[in-house]
Amino acid sequence: MRPRPGPALVIGGGLTALLLGVAALSQVWTPEPPTRIRIAMKLLPPIKAGLLGTDHYGRDVASLLMAGAWNSLAVAIPSVCLGAAIGAGLGCLAAALRGPAETVALRVGDVVFAFPAVLSAIMLGAVLGSGPPAAIVAIAVFNVPVFLRVTRAVALQVWTTDYVAAARALGRHPVAITATEVLPNIAGVLLVQLTIQLALAILTEAGLSYLGLGIRPPNPSWGRMLADAQTYLGAAPHLALAPGLAIALSVLGLNLLGDGLRDALDPRLAARR
Amino acid sequence: MALAVLRRLAGLALTLLAVAGAIFLTLDVLPGDPASVMLGTAAREDTLAALRAELGLDRPAWLRFAAWIGGLLVGDLGQSVTYAMPVRELIGERLAVTVPLALLALAIAIALAVPLGVWAAARQGRLADGAIGLFAQIGVALPNFWIGLLLILVFATGLGWLPAGGFPGWRADPRPALFSLVLPAFALALPQAAVLTRVVRSAVLDVAGQDFVRTARAKGLTGRRALWSHVVPNALVPVATIVGLQLSFLVAGAVLVENVFNLPGLGRLAALALAQRDLVVIRNVILLLAALVIGVNALVELAYLVIDPRLRRRA
Repeated sequence: MRPRPGPALVIGGGLTALLLGVAALSQVWTPEPPTRIRIAMKLLPPIKAGLLGTDHYGRDVASLLMAGAWNSLAVAIPSVCLGAAIGAGLGCLAAALRGPAETVALRVGDVVFAFPAVLSAIMLGAVLGSGPPAAIVAIAVFNVPVFLRVTRAVALQVWTTDYVAAARALGRHPVAITATEVLPNIAGVLLVQLTIQLALAILTEAGLSYLGLGIRPPNPSWGRMLADAQTYLGAAPHLALAPGLAIALSVLGLNLLGDGLRDALDPRLAARR
Repeated sequence: MALAVLRRLAGLALTLLAVAGAIFLTLDVLPGDPASVMLGTAAREDTLAALRAELGLDRPAWLRFAAWIGGLLVGDLGQSVTYAMPVRELIGERLAVTVPLALLALAIAIALAVPLGVWAAARQGRLADGAIGLFAQIGVALPNFWIGLLLILVFATGLGWLPAGGFPGWRADPRPALFSLVLPAFALALPQAAVLTRVVRSAVLDVAGQDFVRTARAKGLTGRRALWSHVVPNALVPVATIVGLQLSFLVAGAVLVENVFNLPGLGRLAALALAQRDLVVIRNVILLLAALVIGVNALVELAYLVIDPRLRRRA
């Protein structure tokens, strides 16, 4: 009998569905056009103008938040996928080939690991100009060693199993074994890691946009909204709440979803906790 | 033992060299002409030529890299173009803000996480455990710069207890300087404390299930004594590794939090240098921050070699 999904999976899945739904909806409908400037209506409190009030240009905060969800995911999803593809690929190769290839991959991972995404983003921003491409590459770079280590660790476990030994005895190439035996067996772990890294990527993207290294104005972004809110902290403190809550709930949702998925995919782990 | 330590140190030096190479490749080789990056496309040809001469861009890239590394070894980091002062002095002043900030944040994170994590483990499955677990889940999800904004809103503009930003410097009276680091340190520490709490909890639970703890209980130790004198010290070993890894997030977080609180630290310097395209400053600050991350992790590993003889043989 399959156990009922735990609360983490339900709440996390719900919050994540909400995030994806709002992001998708923002592409077809927002209460106001998110970039429409109405100086006469600037810094109005919630309810008085729109659901969440207006910012210093009189833009509708609720609409900005919705569009911000899309822009946040438009950086976070490609960056994590890119980092995961490279990192997981290298991790699989390291586990399959062992020897010098593995050592080199791990050393490269160590070097890359020394660069938190903010540092890479500053370097790339200096060279490429700041903006979404630099942010995507910076977050992807940070994800490469994470996926490399996780993938290698779980792939090595699969390589010790009898069915892999059987495949090797049949004379199959390590890369072919990786594709047909190893990958399907580590897909669950990778999915959990993807979810958790996506949460981290949303957090990082918000930080980069706060610093002016991510999404460029006038494109709405949660981080930029918080930077603007800081300027008007005295006059309109409500501006500092909504974007932060949006970030926190998105990250919380994805983290819970990751935990829930891990427990669902490996019931032994859930029992031990 | 000495051999194992030497091998680690050699590995550390190689990693640092590779990190410097990666930075140099990104900032000095990738853009083609760093001078035009620094001055922008509207720069006049003679100013460009002057800057190229100042930076020695007529020399081949590997010679410039060797000159940078050679300079680093004797403490010469070059001259900042925008600040018109040696980068070494520029960085030295900033370190006196960033290092105390990071240490204070780390201390707060540990001071919160160890008791909470141990408490949660001792009450596994009960209300306190659930509440602490919830705190940890939420704490991980909060962006540190948002926590900073909220702290300013409550404790600076609201209650007026602590300054909203800025840094008076250490020279006159260290107390106001320390006060101005309190809110930033908490903003930086809370998400790390949340992560660390979960690590402490699971480490304590792991150790508590081991045989020597059962032996200690069988000898008649109370649960509390067994917990604090046998379980916790052993559980702190894996916790130390995570603290080392967290430093990377602490450094990245410092860049953000320093900008929130307008603190003249390394992170703020890096952000300003980016706005001014001062590649000489960026290159050295990034290397320093990256070296900090690698160095501390290497120190943690070395400490293990000293503490745990089993690891020496494996190394």
